[in-house]
Amino acid sequence: MGISPVLWQFLVKWLHSSALFPVEASTIAPYTDALYFFLVSVSLVGLIFVTLLIFYFSVRYRRDKHPVAVQVEGSTILEATWTIIPLAIFLVVFVWGGLLYFRIYDPPPNAMNIYVVGKQWMWKAEHPGGQHEINALHIPVGQPVQLTMISQDVFHSFSIPDFRVKREVIPGRYSTVWFQATDPGTYHIFCTQYCGTLHSGMIGEVTAMTPADYKKWLDQSNSGMSLAQNGERLFASMGCNACHSGNAAARGPNLAGVYGSKVTLTDGSQVLVNDAYLRDAILNPSQHVTAGYAPIMPTYQGQISEDGLIDIVEFIKQLQSNYRIQQTFVTADSNQASPTTPSVGSNQDSVKP
Amino acid sequence: MSSTATIVTLPDQATARLPKRNYLNNEDGLLSWLLTGDHKRIAMLYLISITFFFFIGGAFAGLIRLELLTPQPDLVAADTYNKFFTMHGIIMVFLFLVPSVPATIGNFLMPIMVGAKDLAFPKINLLSWYLYVLGGILLMAALVLGGVDTGWTFTTPLSTHYLNTHVITAALAIFVAGFSSIFTGLNFIVTIHRMRCPGMTWFRLPLFVWSNYAASLLMVLGTPVLAITLVLVLLERVFGIGVFDPTKGGDPLLFQHLFWFYSHPAVYIMILPGMGVISETISTFSRKRVFGYTAVAFSSVAIALFGFFVWAHHMFIMGISNYSALVFSLLTMLVAVPSAIKIFNWAFTLQKGSITFETPMLYSFGFMGLFTIGGVTGVFLGSLGMDIHLTETYFIVAHFHFVMVGGMLMAFLAGIHFWWPKMTGRMYPESLSKLAAVTTFIGFILTFMPQFILGYLGMPRRYHAYPPEYQVLNVLSTAGATVLGVGYMLPLLYLGWSLKYGAIAGDNPWQATGLEWQIQSPPLTENFIEIPIMDHEAYDYEWLEQKQKNEVTTVG
Amino acid sequence: MDNTVATEHPHTHETAVHVEHEHIALPQHRHHFETVEQQREAGSFGMWLFLLTEIMFFGGLFFAYLLYRNWYYAAFASASETLSIQIGTANTAILITSGFFMALAVWAAEVRKKKMLVWTLILTTVFGVAFLGFKYDEYHAKWVEHHIPGAHFDIKDFVNPPINPQTHKPIEDPISPDMAQRTQIFFFLYFAMTGMHALHMIIGVGLLFWLIRRAARGDFSAGYVAPIENFGLYWHFVDIIWLFLYPLLYLINRHPMH
Repeated sequence: MGISPVLWQFLVKWLHSSALFPVEASTIAPYTDALYFFLVSVSLVGLIFVTLLIFYFSVRYRRDKHPVAVQVEGSTILEATWTIIPLAIFLVVFVWGGLLYFRIYDPPPNAMNIYVVGKQWMWKAEHPGGQHEINALHIPVGQPVQLTMISQDVFHSFSIPDFRVKREVIPGRYSTVWFQATDPGTYHIFCTQYCGTLHSGMIGEVTAMTPADYKKWLDQSNSGMSLAQNGERLFASMGCNACHSGNAAARGPNLAGVYGSKVTLTDGSQVLVNDAYLRDAILNPSQHVTAGYAPIMPTYQGQISEDGLIDIVEFIKQLQSNYRIQQTFVTADSNQASPTTPSVGSNQDSVKP
Repeated sequence: MSSTATIVTLPDQATARLPKRNYLNNEDGLLSWLLTGDHKRIAMLYLISITFFFFIGGAFAGLIRLELLTPQPDLVAADTYNKFFTMHGIIMVFLFLVPSVPATIGNFLMPIMVGAKDLAFPKINLLSWYLYVLGGILLMAALVLGGVDTGWTFTTPLSTHYLNTHVITAALAIFVAGFSSIFTGLNFIVTIHRMRCPGMTWFRLPLFVWSNYAASLLMVLGTPVLAITLVLVLLERVFGIGVFDPTKGGDPLLFQHLFWFYSHPAVYIMILPGMGVISETISTFSRKRVFGYTAVAFSSVAIALFGFFVWAHHMFIMGISNYSALVFSLLTMLVAVPSAIKIFNWAFTLQKGSITFETPMLYSFGFMGLFTIGGVTGVFLGSLGMDIHLTETYFIVAHFHFVMVGGMLMAFLAGIHFWWPKMTGRMYPESLSKLAAVTTFIGFILTFMPQFILGYLGMPRRYHAYPPEYQVLNVLSTAGATVLGVGYMLPLLYLGWSLKYGAIAGDNPWQATGLEWQIQSPPLTENFIEIPIMDHEAYDYEWLEQKQKNEVTTVG
Repeated sequence: MDNTVATEHPHTHETAVHVEHEHIALPQHRHHFETVEQQREAGSFGMWLFLLTEIMFFGGLFFAYLLYRNWYYAAFASASETLSIQIGTANTAILITSGFFMALAVWAAEVRKKKMLVWTLILTTVFGVAFLGFKYDEYHAKWVEHHIPGAHFDIKDFVNPPINPQTHKPIEDPISPDMAQRTQIFFFLYFAMTGMHALHMIIGVGLLFWLIRRAARGDFSAGYVAPIENFGLYWHFVDIIWLFLYPLLYLINRHPMH
């Protein structure tokens, strides 16, 4: 960043101790702060320059000392100067800000995923292992964490100022943000998009822990089923397994291993199967018909909550074989259920706890 | 920097009288005011109504700051607090800032500045005022009936499906007030195009006219989009169709795009006329033509044009694609440049001038400093990565108050003081007004500087309660608000006082150029006995000197 | 953009006298305008500017239409088929004819033919009212078919289209239930856009009654044509909006019934 890390730490700690500056608790925070200090410096220089100009001219050309004004039309050189220099500075700021933006909103591939559902007026965090938290988020330091977020009702916005990250939490679609915590401790979570009566009550705490502590916490807080296990249960109880059984003649496409792959739809377009696609396919199936299949999937809009959708999405994410689906498939004749043998590499249960 | 010099030149107070016939005493009776076509009377009607709504909006600001003295939500209930900031925002944006300079000073001065006897469509001008009043009444009705708590931004689906306050009444109020704005802008554009007096070419127009022209373009093209957006919100709220509801296939982001498509140009509607005032005051109190007249004129139009293409910078974290975010960020950087150009041009107008420090000049200096701060913090926010941390916090609140209050409101006060002698024939008391100017400046900085720091710390906006570590800064901010309130009360009092007891101003107390200063104060109803012929440039102080040497008496 | 008045008034004295003359000669001359010509140009400019604001106003609806048609094309296509192409096309022809008569009215005013002016204005109104009448029929049909979005909306026509008695096939391709729900968005936009258009037409018809009354009195047969001209601009604009609405709403994917 152009200044020695030691000096930087000193500067930030000193600022923070005056209660006028937030801590830097994530890997991206120093980058944000660097841009901020640059902007503050440039602004100060600009402001001082303008103020000095005004003061100097006011004193030098005050009426007492300069009774007759000299009419000046203008100066193209000056106009060009104070057009080009600000523009150049603004463009530098634009590029720097753009790079920072992409850094904050493009997660690294090894990020662990935690789901967050915002609703009036609380945050629900759901770890893949099934740990549920309300207005709290436990995370390990030194590990990229991605939050996949959605709102159950109105716009909210999930903000962790000490990590310098924030993202709108929108009804109807997933939004994501990632961060990597650097220091164990607790930090504020705020909802920053006005969402009604208890908007200012929709706050919580991020607890960043050492990896060992985090593992302990995970084990302690496990209340039973993981998200994927719950998803498996929903998959059966809502009848998804009837069409998505994995048989060759099934009415719906095979979902094993589909997450992360590209599928071709009936209109010829290719789509990447990610969280958003899966959620949307459950709610608006007629717009996501895989090529070769009839548009007969009913919509589950209104029949399943965002939590339930998250569970099913987690389940499908983890799905590598249809063995367990066909095990749970209810059929009148036992010889109609023809389980295929588990695929290569999964001697254990195909669904991870 | 103190200087005893002043350019104020008043007629001999022992013998001076207000002109026998002027627009104020031309006709008598309430109906002559309520059915007037005279742009000057309409401007005064607006001035009274705008002031009324300003103080209501200001009262809400006071209540907000009072609640925020303590971290706990202990003054009022959460819903009440939400209504406070909603009403504060709606009133200040739509009933004060948008019409402030155009509808009062613009209405009064613009026809005179172009050498016309009135605006192009006087009846539509009056209709504008009635629509404004109707909008105001509807909003007050919403208030009295229980208030509205959507925030001035009416975000869906909160405003359409999740609140049971008087959203419909409030949305209707703004819908109606929007047409007031559209008709004012329409009137201005036609007047400037078609009613300039002989010899008044575009580049001889005062820069105040250029700024209002640019603002009028925005009013005319942008406000209708707000109107249709409000219609859609109303329809969705009443019929529950789902055009913004994701469970029914709608898109809440559609509302955001439509809303901000107007609301971003709206901020330029609010600031451009203020910039026009500053051009006039800086020039007059330096006795000099504005430096780089052409650059300032074109930069007004550039701001208007670019202002239409940056709306999604209010949506950087809302799920727009990274690439469209890049485009809007770049355009935001471009729109910042013309404002910077203006600041430098105004500063260099001071060079080699002959400067005095009357109240309008003090307000103008305040504008330049505070608007610069507000403007550069806008660049902070236009920078994508920076915006992620700063958006939706008190940094944003500080930013827009710096440009709107430190900028626009100061410019409005500068303009009111500058043209008060012309509009009323009376001077305001100078020492008291200087005190008020300095008070507002100090109060403003104390109120809003801490909010930048609060924003970086992460304190969200629209928060009723906050973590205790933010209290000190909030207390500073509230203390400042008290000082600011005093600073704003003072003009109300002494300007009112001056109507009866102020010194008689005469035609041209500031020794200014400009057609408005060559006619009597207050002006005749028809402004000019005969339409003038413009034979000199704007801000032509040499022409003024010649004229003053040659003239014997000036009656109007 | 240059000043239109500059060339005509070299001396202030003559200006004052010139104005006086104009003032006496023409009753419609408002005193704040220097000449009638200036007044006329200002009025026309003002009307064009107002129409520009109307474009921005309707623009919001067109933008919403653009978005949702892109997302839910199948729903839009199916829903569009349920609109009556006969009434839609007839209405388009009616409105164009109405516009034709309005253009004739403007000409009649300019050449000072009072009787023709009154008759063409009346015909404009008649055709305008006919348009509105047919529009009401269409709205009524939508009500009967349960195609009005909201509580009484019924998707059965889209999920199970009626069978054509002659071919024994469904008259339309069926669409899936969730896509059928999206037809509500089409119908909402249909009612919002044609409703807003109809509102403008009703205002126009109201203005036409007023203009007919004044025309019959002879107000516009002596050279003062600005209200007729400016109203003509407005009426033609409303016509043009319909010319965009018609293909966007009625002609999405018209094909013969199965």
